[in-house]
Amino acid sequence: MFAVDRYPSVSSFDQAGPFRAASSGVWMEYFFQQVVNGLTLGAIYGLIALGYTMVYGIIGMINFAHGEIYMLGAFISLVAYLIFSSIGGGSVALALLATLLVTMVFTAIWGWVVERTAYRPLRGAPRLAPLISAIGVSIVLQNFVQIAQGARVKPLPPVIQGGVTLDLGKTFSVNISWLQIVIILLTLALMAGFTWMISRTSLGRAQRATEQDMKMAALLGINVDRVVSATFVIGAALAGVAGLMVTLYYGVIDFYIGFLAGIKAFTAAVLGGIGSLPGAMLGGLLIGLTESLWSAYFSIQYKDVATFAILVGVLLFRPSGLLGRPDVEKV
Amino acid sequence: MRPPPLLEVHGLTMRFGGLSAISELSFVAGQGEITAVIGPNGAGKTTLFNCITGFYRPQTGRLVLHHPDGKALGLETLPDHAIARKARVARTFQNIRLFPRMSVLENLMVAQHQVLMSASVFSLAGLLGLGRYRRAERAAIDLARHWLDRTGLTSFADSEAGALPYGHQRRLEIARAMCTRPLLLCLDEPAAGLNPRESSDLNQLLCGIRDEEGIGLLLIEHDMSVVMGISDRVLVLDHGCLIAEGSPDEVRRNPTVIRAYLGEPDESAVVLGGEG
Repeated sequence: MFAVDRYPSVSSFDQAGPFRAASSGVWMEYFFQQVVNGLTLGAIYGLIALGYTMVYGIIGMINFAHGEIYMLGAFISLVAYLIFSSIGGGSVALALLATLLVTMVFTAIWGWVVERTAYRPLRGAPRLAPLISAIGVSIVLQNFVQIAQGARVKPLPPVIQGGVTLDLGKTFSVNISWLQIVIILLTLALMAGFTWMISRTSLGRAQRATEQDMKMAALLGINVDRVVSATFVIGAALAGVAGLMVTLYYGVIDFYIGFLAGIKAFTAAVLGGIGSLPGAMLGGLLIGLTESLWSAYFSIQYKDVATFAILVGVLLFRPSGLLGRPDVEKV
Repeated sequence: MRPPPLLEVHGLTMRFGGLSAISELSFVAGQGEITAVIGPNGAGKTTLFNCITGFYRPQTGRLVLHHPDGKALGLETLPDHAIARKARVARTFQNIRLFPRMSVLENLMVAQHQVLMSASVFSLAGLLGLGRYRRAERAAIDLARHWLDRTGLTSFADSEAGALPYGHQRRLEIARAMCTRPLLLCLDEPAAGLNPRESSDLNQLLCGIRDEEGIGLLLIEHDMSVVMGISDRVLVLDHGCLIAEGSPDEVRRNPTVIRAYLGEPDESAVVLGGEG
């Protein structure tokens, strides 16, 4: 069984149960509650999915070690938070901010190291080689954390508590925890900053150019290796933030969480159209919503089946995804 | 009087398996000159360009680029991005290689990436004061606008490069190459697929680049009106060897060249040659 299933699930908000709902007010309340939970989950998936889609866009490779970077981010944030909260003198916000920065920096370094050691030497090798290397890195990182941190689940008591209750109409209201608000706002801010970086800065232009024609970019004086490194570093930092969020949101992590979250984020990237950045964000949200609504109305045991059924469906019927560009055959 | 040398090629040999695409090729291209490279298909012209721009590593030979300040760089030892950045060699392709899903202006800005990066991230001044980066970006946009003007593409600045008409794409490729501030511009069949008017516009543009920028151009071209009209020197390759070199007029009358283009003289060829 996947370790993730041990987490208090998103539907722990489910106290009344949907089918016992007596009035439409209760029904609406339940629905909107699940949407809020789904958006939160989707934000986390979206942040991870960006890393998959960026790397695929630029070097045409699925970085299957990306989920492990997210897992490392969760561990780094846990350790960093424990350190900062003990020396920070009581300010939770300050400790969280420091944790965020440290997590981003360290996961970025991990991303750089992985690219440098496992993928760059294989640039130009057959496509299967870096894929196998990625799976190797994934196993190495999982085992490294398992040995270094132990296989047991690591708990973190809730850091941000409380929330707001939105009254929507007369008959029902929705609870949004502060943590959910923080996660969604931070994700929006990161995605906005990231979009700005890609579309407006010189590095972003170089990334898009490298994505479209790597050789030509090099001929214009762009150090392509450095651009690819930057892509891994940025993707890893975003996955690190997702790791921090999941640590805070679920309060328990272990060395195995990268696997399932990684594949789900990959599903999100494929659903949105692999290589498309808005697609990754949209795909993340849709996968998050699917999971939480499926758990709410059908069977929580089958929520992963539902997610991966989407993956199969997209690959069968719309391989280019929702926002992806269909491959145009060059003549 | 020959101008000072810009690109010196010594004993260049490039083999693919048993096939010698270029063997023992030596020549000099001068500063501020247009040097055309002509020859039948398969003569090794594009291979020569690929060696100059770092696509291929030649088995033997040296490619030396002389900067006006006296610095000399061996192109065969540099990685491809350093050939563009340090040696300042730019190139266009026979089949156009723009970044099709970026705007015209962005294509020109990408060519100045290294300048912008060193102004922003890889220097302390860039980290401390944003002003320097903003100045660098403004300068980059100015240079891009200059080349948009020169190539008549100003009104297309924000269109997607891949959506431009063919002739415009060719000019944009030249503009993009010029935005890297090259000393040597290598053009692989820039007139291919152009109509006569576009072709004569191109001639003007290339002469303008030579005269106003003072840089050297190396030109592969099959269109003889372009070759004979604008080049200062012509190199003729056949089977990877230099078979003739000189001014356009000298080359046109060279019997070896005529033989390479028209084949070994049988009777009809001799008659043709006699009439011409």
